[in-house]
Amino acid sequence: MTTEMNLEQKFQDYVDAENKIEPKDWMPDRYRKTLIRQISQHAHSEVVGMLPEANWITRAPSLRRKVALLAKVQDEAGHGLYLYSAAETLGADRQDMVEDLLSGKAKYSSIFNYPTPTWADIGAIGWLVDGAAIANQVMLCRTSYGPYSRAMVRICKEESFHQRQGYEIMMTLARGTEKQKQMAQEALNRWWWPSLMMFGPTDDESPNSAQSMKWKIKRKSNDQLRQEFIDKTVPQAEFLGLQVPDPDLKWNEERGHYNFGTIDWEEFYNVINGNGKCNKQRMDARNKAHDEGEWVREAANAYALKEQKRKEQVAA
Amino acid sequence: MQKELLEYTLRLGDNALILGQRLGEWCGYGPVLEQDIALSNIALDQLGQARMLMQYAARLKGEEYTEDKMAFFRDVTEYHNVLMLELPNDHWGFTIMRQFLFDTFNYYQYTQLLQSQDDHIKSVAQKAIKEITYHAQWSAEWVIRLGDGTEESHQKMQTALDELWQWTGEMLTPDAVDEKMREAGIGADLNKVKEEWQQKVAEILEIATLKKPEDDWMQEGGKQGEHSEHLGYILAEMQHLPRMYPEAEW
Repeated sequence: MTTEMNLEQKFQDYVDAENKIEPKDWMPDRYRKTLIRQISQHAHSEVVGMLPEANWITRAPSLRRKVALLAKVQDEAGHGLYLYSAAETLGADRQDMVEDLLSGKAKYSSIFNYPTPTWADIGAIGWLVDGAAIANQVMLCRTSYGPYSRAMVRICKEESFHQRQGYEIMMTLARGTEKQKQMAQEALNRWWWPSLMMFGPTDDESPNSAQSMKWKIKRKSNDQLRQEFIDKTVPQAEFLGLQVPDPDLKWNEERGHYNFGTIDWEEFYNVINGNGKCNKQRMDARNKAHDEGEWVREAANAYALKEQKRKEQVAA
Repeated sequence: MQKELLEYTLRLGDNALILGQRLGEWCGYGPVLEQDIALSNIALDQLGQARMLMQYAARLKGEEYTEDKMAFFRDVTEYHNVLMLELPNDHWGFTIMRQFLFDTFNYYQYTQLLQSQDDHIKSVAQKAIKEITYHAQWSAEWVIRLGDGTEESHQKMQTALDELWQWTGEMLTPDAVDEKMREAGIGADLNKVKEEWQQKVAEILEIATLKKPEDDWMQEGGKQGEHSEHLGYILAEMQHLPRMYPEAEW
């Protein structure tokens, strides 16, 4: 027990001195578990997050937009891969993680349970959802676990490119015809509040945050990140000439921040618990892809084994 | 001549666009992330080639045309892709088999187009050949892997091959437009492509333990604008937004 406590203290000192923890370093079991949960959830979010946007690949309204969207969704698959690999450095198994996603045991970001009914939703996702993700991920570039931090540095570069692309779609719509402008406004209405919810519950409702902050997995609280996002995004909406759907939104000179209205946490928990418009659709899609891909994965493994045997025979 | 050059350019461009569109349907639904990414890469290359060719076609057509006008405002009978590429994706193995049959054709076709007397087509070929070489390798590897994988995968690939075979004749058989373009030194000699294609396909199928179907009736018409029922749905989906708001820019 004493040794364990000593180790924990040493670990904490090491983290406090801004060192990165690497896969072979000793770490508290709860640190490892927290990270595996967080990184795998993050990976799942990238993979499920492909679906609402993939919904528009075949319908993108110009060839340039089609190529950009396809490349973006493909990047997300790549992010999923980096993150599964980062989780594997902690001893997690990719197959187990995927099984947990498919069985509903593991969570993914609830934002992807919202639908993308119009093209403007693709702009709004890039601008707002990627924007909120970046706020979180920029912080995670400095997270205490080395492989996670390095994966984040790579991911952040691509994400900020996606965000600019999304904003550019919104700009084109906002400066377009009346109908396009309306499309953009409606998409902002749909995605504003869910984007704010992406930062998670308020600090006083977020029991695990304190420990994560202490371990420097997280470096800013949910409320801090949310405020930063709002402060950054409101002027962008103004520049587009669009209205943020919050009557209580107001610049507070004294605080140097925007005041904003109350978030509907009932909606947040409802969507987390399966009542979003697309929860079932997303999980069905992932399960279908997995099940229908089973024979392909089996065949690839069988072939690899045969090849190995053939090589051994040649060698012998 | 200008008319034939335009149609020939559209044949190349529509093949790339319709295949890119079909492959784009897979994005997010592949059997494993790595291969989802690989197939999306091929889709991106095809769409990139389609854009260059649509830009050229628009230029040949006249000032008021753009790449998007070519892609989004032509109807079924004005499309010139081969029929095989508009077939639904079906399962992963079917998509891979079609890819292999087409990539192999495309590789030999574009190898010849590197010598095209038309500067635009030549420059498209110079960029595309690197991509297509990789596609042809990738899809051949997967045909081998799945053909010589499990009993189930072997069966699926053999069935896919048998079903696809009747759709392969069209791309390998020259019509008047192909002949005219070949004579002008612009287009590929499809008889030569056919020979090379047959040899390569036979070679890969043998390694994949698959049985090459006997040549029988071959479907045709896509190149001339006579399509199956599938293309109308592809275009309805692809074109609906620009057509609903024709005055809008995106």
